[in-house]
Amino acid sequence: MTRLPSLLPRGPVPRPGTTGLVYLALAVLLALGAALVAARGGSLFTTATTVDLFTRSSLLGFLAIGQTLVILCRSLDLSVGYVAALSTVVAATTMAGDPSRILLGVGAALGLAGLIGLVNGLVVTGLRVNPFIATLGTGLVIKGYLDTNFQGPAGSVPAAFQALGYTRIGVLPVSTLVMLGAAVAAVVFLRRTRMGYHMYAVGGDAEVARLSGIRAGVPTVTAHVLCSVAAGTAGLLLAARFGTGSATVYGNGYELEAIAAVVLGGTYLLGGRGGVAGTLAGVFILATLDTVFNVLGVDPFVKDVLRGVIVIAAVAVYARGQHSRAAVRVRFPPGGAPPPAPGPDSGTGPAAPAQPLGGSR
Amino acid sequence: MTPTPSPGTRAPQDPPARSPWSALAAAGRGGTATVALLLALVFVVIATQNPSFFEGPPLMAFAKKAAPLVILAIGQYLVIVSGEFDLSVGSLVGAQVVVAARLIDGEESNTLPVIGLMLAFGLVVGLVNGLVTTLLRVPSIITTLGTMLILFGAVRYWTGGAPTGALSESFRVPGRGGIEGVPLLGQIPWALVVALVLAVAAVLLMRSPWGRTLVATGDNDLAAAFSGVRVWRVRTLAFVGSSLLATVAAVLIGGFAGVTAQVGEGLEFTAITAVVLGGVVLGGGRGTVLAAVLGALTVEALFTLFNQLYLPSTIQPSVQGLIIIAAVAYAARRGGLRLPERPRRRPDHPAEPELGTSRR
Repeated sequence: MTRLPSLLPRGPVPRPGTTGLVYLALAVLLALGAALVAARGGSLFTTATTVDLFTRSSLLGFLAIGQTLVILCRSLDLSVGYVAALSTVVAATTMAGDPSRILLGVGAALGLAGLIGLVNGLVVTGLRVNPFIATLGTGLVIKGYLDTNFQGPAGSVPAAFQALGYTRIGVLPVSTLVMLGAAVAAVVFLRRTRMGYHMYAVGGDAEVARLSGIRAGVPTVTAHVLCSVAAGTAGLLLAARFGTGSATVYGNGYELEAIAAVVLGGTYLLGGRGGVAGTLAGVFILATLDTVFNVLGVDPFVKDVLRGVIVIAAVAVYARGQHSRAAVRVRFPPGGAPPPAPGPDSGTGPAAPAQPLGGSR
Repeated sequence: MTPTPSPGTRAPQDPPARSPWSALAAAGRGGTATVALLLALVFVVIATQNPSFFEGPPLMAFAKKAAPLVILAIGQYLVIVSGEFDLSVGSLVGAQVVVAARLIDGEESNTLPVIGLMLAFGLVVGLVNGLVTTLLRVPSIITTLGTMLILFGAVRYWTGGAPTGALSESFRVPGRGGIEGVPLLGQIPWALVVALVLAVAAVLLMRSPWGRTLVATGDNDLAAAFSGVRVWRVRTLAFVGSSLLATVAAVLIGGFAGVTAQVGEGLEFTAITAVVLGGVVLGGGRGTVLAAVLGALTVEALFTLFNQLYLPSTIQPSVQGLIIIAAVAYAARRGGLRLPERPRRRPDHPAEPELGTSRR
């Protein structure tokens, strides 16, 4: 991934060190995985496994890119799995196997997803509902609708659209290319547009952003809409792969996996710090883990355990490195004196030292 | 709610005399009265649909079914009021039931040791959740999400994907049985007794110094830390409490419903719904444990109502979703949520020079 760091004198991402760290972790993981697989007499980089890795990453990628935008605004979206499931159903039933209705189906699915995002955003900003609850609520509403109306596969997707799920150029599936394109677009959006900067500002401190003349609701609502549209795109991808609408894909825990990828990528869960480049690395880390586990034939349940351990461990490592407000709050010396200035020797390298209490907010 | 005599200056929360009215108004501000009203409303609707609901046995059956959620809601309350989340309780309940079935395997003599083991297991899970969140500074959503995945995977790996073994009869007594032969009511379920005892204990706990400390920590952990609270210890204990109560709920649920692979699924969100419905504010520091208990009862009563109305059970999530959004929006509108106002930082204040200078 190109990160365009040199094009901007001073981007809103203050911690390039973290992103570097994530890519380093990804490289180490790939090397480790390759070594493990090689020890078993296989190869991690055969065409089949590479395609598998990229295919896994494209689906999670869309969800995680959208989630990144939302988390940057200090919000959260737990409804993405349900939105994706709804999108598969809407796309498949609208297309109904007719190639001439592909555009209509795509439009309907993405339009509905965007509408849900709009509702999420307005509930969060307008009604001031905690985003965790608001998006969990819309997710549950969608779940109820899907469970009631779609017991099994619904609709069908024409072969031309299914090609999106299977065509590839070399080892790169088209879906992954589209996902990478979306990632680049998101990076440019965050680094180059006014709205992108506003997202960082609102996530960093909504009140300061408001005092600076930003209408704090607008970036948050935009992020929610974009996140839901990204989730809808993930749903389209699922529909293309399955060839039909499947309402039950929400049970796969996509929303939590997407949040895990975002957090692995170094984006701060309380908003204002991080970026899509890191998220992409997080997505590839999770996809690599899955692929390596698959090749090694690890029990799928052990996979869950390892994933949980890795996510907690990774976030713990970041928490040590970044001197966040939360970190300062917990650790107080008993004398009540202000916390000692965090030393530069404690972690993430060049980005860490210049961030005492005030600078991070 | 209460008419204020002076129109100009409203002294906020200044009850001049401890009259019953001001106490009621204070309860209303806490959200307890609102949720109690809601619960009464749901009960009235149930009564119009099914007049025999309040005749004793059906009411006791309802209590038996609602008890686990009440207990889970108390645990979730402890964590939420301290400013954190516990997403692992559903997974923990499932894990505990499956572990109990496998270890007991139908042997009566194993019952008590296994229950002891379950409590120890719950204690460990709570400690891990709490210490990882406080000492390693991992956000609690991620921590408990991780433990949720770990418990889910580990238990299924251990049992090979499907639960094996069986619960003993005596294990199932707390969830199923009760004090028989009570006039009018028929049977007072043990589950109700357990839930009542725990609810009273929780109310007393929240009035104790530790309870006050917990709320203070959730409201403003910085201020709490400056006042001498060991924030990490208070929060870790809240997580331990949540996990232990989830273990108790697992015993009741296992006894009531038996062992399936799906047991406990989604319970964490139902528990959070119950707590939030009681007006407890996510982010900590607001709300009472009594309101959380009433919230749990309201959620369970609503599910009962849907059954009576012959609504398909698949629609329940939709209604649950609408309710929590509405409840939290209502709380926010009433000013229950903190407005995004913060004390203005004074850059010229001599005591805090570091704050101003480090802005990039």
